Amino acid sequence: MASENVQTYSDGNFDADVLQAATPVLVDFWAEWCGPCRAMEPAIDSVAADYKGKVAVGKLNVDDNPSVTMKYMVRGIPTVMLFKGGQIVDQVVGAVDKGVLKQMLDRHV
Amino acid sequence: MYGRRNVVIIGSGPAGLTAALYAARANLTPLVIEGVEAGGQLMLTTAVENFPGFTDGIMGPDLMAAMRAQAERFGAEMVRGNVSKVDLSRAPFTITVDEGMVEARALIIATGASAKLLGLPSERRLMGHGVSTCATCDGFFFRGKPIAVIGGGDSALEEATFLTRFASHVTLIHRRDTLRASKIMQDKAFANPKISFAWDTEVLDVQDGGGGGVTGLALRNVKTQVESTLPVEGVFVAIGHEPNTSLFKGQLDMNAAGYLITQGGAKTNVHGVFACGDVQDHIYRQAITAAGSGCMAAIDAERYLEHLGH
Repeated sequence: MASENVQTYSDGNFDADVLQAATPVLVDFWAEWCGPCRAMEPAIDSVAADYKGKVAVGKLNVDDNPSVTMKYMVRGIPTVMLFKGGQIVDQVVGAVDKGVLKQMLDRHV
Repeated sequence: MYGRRNVVIIGSGPAGLTAALYAARANLTPLVIEGVEAGGQLMLTTAVENFPGFTDGIMGPDLMAAMRAQAERFGAEMVRGNVSKVDLSRAPFTITVDEGMVEARALIIATGASAKLLGLPSERRLMGHGVSTCATCDGFFFRGKPIAVIGGGDSALEEATFLTRFASHVTLIHRRDTLRASKIMQDKAFANPKISFAWDTEVLDVQDGGGGGVTGLALRNVKTQVESTLPVEGVFVAIGHEPNTSLFKGQLDMNAAGYLITQGGAKTNVHGVFACGDVQDHIYRQAITAAGSGCMAAIDAERYLEHLGH
């Protein structure tokens, strides 16, 4: 039920679409079997709409994309990382509400 | 943006959804604000074997989906938002949900409890990089790796047993020399060759060797004071829960541990505000007792509204 504003990131497109992106990118590491990840979906959809044009927002499935998952040592989901100029500038682990995501974005964008 | 409602329920675990079911069947069209931990603690479990009526057990998330659908069938409305503020100083009570607002003639609080942490700075820093409070979420990342579970209650043993599916070995670290967990969970864990026990042991630090991912634990035996290091790549903290009551500080009576105080059923000290489930129960903390107290809260709320002449 990902909204149209939410991108899908993968091992294949991560370099081009996240690390080389012109705007900051918010990446939600998730999996189908993770209840808290699903609970967080509305918050992700909602910030994707609110920050459209300023921040790219997308999801990366950890089951299907082991290489990015391992590179950033993600060992717990949901994990949300904010990338700017190819670097992690902020991250939050565990299900959080929209307010926490907005605070994180407003600090860096 | 949600207007004024007869009954608003904050929380969507077994307590909140049972309250929603009963309030909906009483034609009160309750609004349920599900929260960031929608579905509650059962969303983090696998098989639930002790909920009556399910002979062969049921998966926690499936049970919650069924409760949600049942409440919706009778007209409960679900909102996938999070409450940031409540004002209980006068009725109708005002509840701020993300950017919206709702007024409630009666309020049912079912915000539950969340996992407690040890409180070490290294634990917070390595959360998501080897430190976890959710075995069913994160066990997957530790296939073939040694891990530790901290705690001695039912949830610690359940997590340890579950994690043996993935981990090469699980060490259960407990501050005492006996477990609080139920006999059946203990027997299961003792019989599992992949689980060993570090008794009388406390965690001093979570180590990462500078690499940004957990590499081990610094431990101390509380009886002998001997310190040691346990090499593990994952640490699951299962040392209990704390009630989610920060929204209500200064507005509702709580005990020293922060649990809401209820009396005469599900009543709090504010007329028209009711509480159910783990947010007001530090003793039983079962899905079935939460559901039972959710039913009580809905019936209490219904009588309260009848009395007001709803």
